[in-house]
Amino acid sequence: IGYGLLTSRFLSDLCKCDLHKLEEGPPLQAVLTREEGLQYYRTMQTIRRMELKADQLYKQKIIRGFCHLYDGQEACAVGIETGINLSDHLITAYRAHGYTLTRGGTVREIMAELTGRRGGIAKGKGGSMHMYTKHFYGGNGIVGAQVPLGAGVALACKYLGNNEICVCLYGDGAANQGQIFETYNMASLWKLPCIFICENNKYGMGTSVERAAASTDYYKRGDFIPGLRLDGMDVLCVREATKFAAEHCRSGKGPILMELQTYRYHGHSMSDPGVSYRTREEIQEVRSKSDPISMLKDRMLSNNMASVEELKEIDVEVRKEIEDAAQFATTDPEPPLDDLCNHIFYNDPPMEVRGTNPWTKLKSVS
Amino acid sequence: MYMYYGITMVFFTVFWVCHIYIYINNMTLFIFYHVSYQNVTPFLCIIIALHSVEYHVLPCDICIINCILLLQVTVRDALNQAMDEELERDERVFLLGEEVAQYDGAYKVSRGLWKKYGDKRIIDTPITEMGFAGIAVGAAMAGLRPICEFMTFNFSMQAIDQVINSAAKTYYMSAGRQSVPIVFRGPNGASAGVAAQHSQCFAAWYGHCPGLKVVSPWSAEDARGLLKSAIRDDNPVVFLENELMYGVPFEMSEESQSKDFLIPIGKAKIERQGNHITVVSHSRMVSLCLDAAAVLAKEGIECEVINMRTIRPLDAEAIETSVMKTNHLITVEGGWPQFGVGGEILARIMEGPAFNYLDAPAVRVTGVDIPMPYAKILEDNSVPQIKDIIFSVKKTLNA
Repeated sequence: IGYGLLTSRFLSDLCKCDLHKLEEGPPLQAVLTREEGLQYYRTMQTIRRMELKADQLYKQKIIRGFCHLYDGQEACAVGIETGINLSDHLITAYRAHGYTLTRGGTVREIMAELTGRRGGIAKGKGGSMHMYTKHFYGGNGIVGAQVPLGAGVALACKYLGNNEICVCLYGDGAANQGQIFETYNMASLWKLPCIFICENNKYGMGTSVERAAASTDYYKRGDFIPGLRLDGMDVLCVREATKFAAEHCRSGKGPILMELQTYRYHGHSMSDPGVSYRTREEIQEVRSKSDPISMLKDRMLSNNMASVEELKEIDVEVRKEIEDAAQFATTDPEPPLDDLCNHIFYNDPPMEVRGTNPWTKLKSVS
Repeated sequence: MYMYYGITMVFFTVFWVCHIYIYINNMTLFIFYHVSYQNVTPFLCIIIALHSVEYHVLPCDICIINCILLLQVTVRDALNQAMDEELERDERVFLLGEEVAQYDGAYKVSRGLWKKYGDKRIIDTPITEMGFAGIAVGAAMAGLRPICEFMTFNFSMQAIDQVINSAAKTYYMSAGRQSVPIVFRGPNGASAGVAAQHSQCFAAWYGHCPGLKVVSPWSAEDARGLLKSAIRDDNPVVFLENELMYGVPFEMSEESQSKDFLIPIGKAKIERQGNHITVVSHSRMVSLCLDAAAVLAKEGIECEVINMRTIRPLDAEAIETSVMKTNHLITVEGGWPQFGVGGEILARIMEGPAFNYLDAPAVRVTGVDIPMPYAKILEDNSVPQIKDIIFSVKKTLNA
């Protein structure tokens, strides 16, 4: 058995990307090392289990309000992060738990934020859609609004000359938003180092792409912006495409657009069962044929890069991490009431905030 | 001696207009008024020139360019200087908006800045408010200090989601992780003849939202000090200017010329002391209140005119203190009456210590509750006039 018999690296074939206004695309092959494979597996599995745990907690009414789950799309978050550096920047919409993790958040902080506790990544004040870490600008609730923000971050990168880029994500539903086209225009005009990424999971809430978009070639919708479309379920493809795109931006060529074809197992949010606009067969088919974690697992096993036991061990560790986090998230106390009015302004002296009636004056500090 | 005198006269007549001269004893007093040229600020200067041939003195005694007696600056130039100084002071400050660069600003407020600072720091945007406002907010999140100009605040409605949901609320939602040091500025409220879609006052709309600071300067000194404070503030500030005030000159004190002259956001100013009634206003309406006060003074009614300077946070204390002295209150604004700035002030007075000092109900003088019409006679009657303020003061005092 011994680990000594395992391959340490393997040259994998990658999917071919559809190209728009590009002479060449990402490489058709890439090296996957054992360490990388195990790391990607672990991270994707962590996201998967975290989201499923969130599902459970939501059904127990311990998580309230909005909860948009990412299971099925793990290869996107993990693949993108491995294609950029932590010093780069990233912004996405509301299906953001996976990105909060890959951008440096811990499962504990994420889950405690979902349950609205003081140990949450936003001290319980943001919730599912408003999680932030360093160089991660959320978590944004208004569909499409994050895209101009991302281009603004990219503008700052160019302005400061720090060779950093911004990855700016949106979904197939958001892709029709006017402000995104305004952003394409300015990003292209000013050559902002911005990677626009459309996570096309085929449905904008309950509306399929065919019913929402006159053109479903999202990678072409940037028109004058070069684009590529690829399989978002293959973490290696996503990684290589992201590296390619990052290089494009860093070399000063301006923005680039990536469309990741992916799939979400859950409905749009926890209040959507997700089966009224698609069939269970469809969901099942994706699960069995294109699951990102299974695909990576098969690839590693069939190329002798890991043993079954090893991967099982990772599963056990991940499960434990999630359990611990859930335990924390359900037992940590809610934020204290005197935190209610804090964080209105940054770097300001303490001020008074009116309560619900004129006699109630609450205190607010920065 | 003559030559020195002659050269100086030529120099001054090129850039200066001689309004009056007085012949006193053997000296002619020339009073010049400076014609505003590029960014050079106008000021009055008194030149004492020797007229008599018999007078033998050294050239340096002859043409004494006297000390600057009065500094007169338009609101436009004050804003321009403020931005210029802040751009110079902090590399992270930049300006973006429609026509701000090569056109020198739709209202020439940013005149000369692109020439001085270039494309990197003064950015012309396409006509895409939602997009460029979002870009500005994103840049602020990532460490820059943008000034986002809306050609008028009417167009900010297209971008209002970015102002409120992306800028104002973020520091709170992130529990202090993510600040947004941005200024949104531009002309607000009624102009002249621009009709319904270009005349709305947004003080109440933006003043409604926690997480924003909303500033409404009146004078050139206000404009200068408040804009500098806004740019240095680490939070989103909505800076409501007024197009009709841009060309109005004001005296500027010497103190206000300092590069670090700041007016604190959130503090009102008493423009005119008085004992009979408190008149609270902001922006251009302050001018009308002062004019009304001058007329009323002749009838023995002394108004205390308060220039709010800031809409949010509202300086309720200043208003309360004044009301407790005068026992009467009216508010004057250009915006619509319902759910407006005046409404908020009156509510606060009701809820606060000053209520018991009122000898009459406090009232609001506002724009008429209609979209702004075009025809001059209609437009004139859509916004408060001096006579309306006078009428309301008298009604309140006789109530």
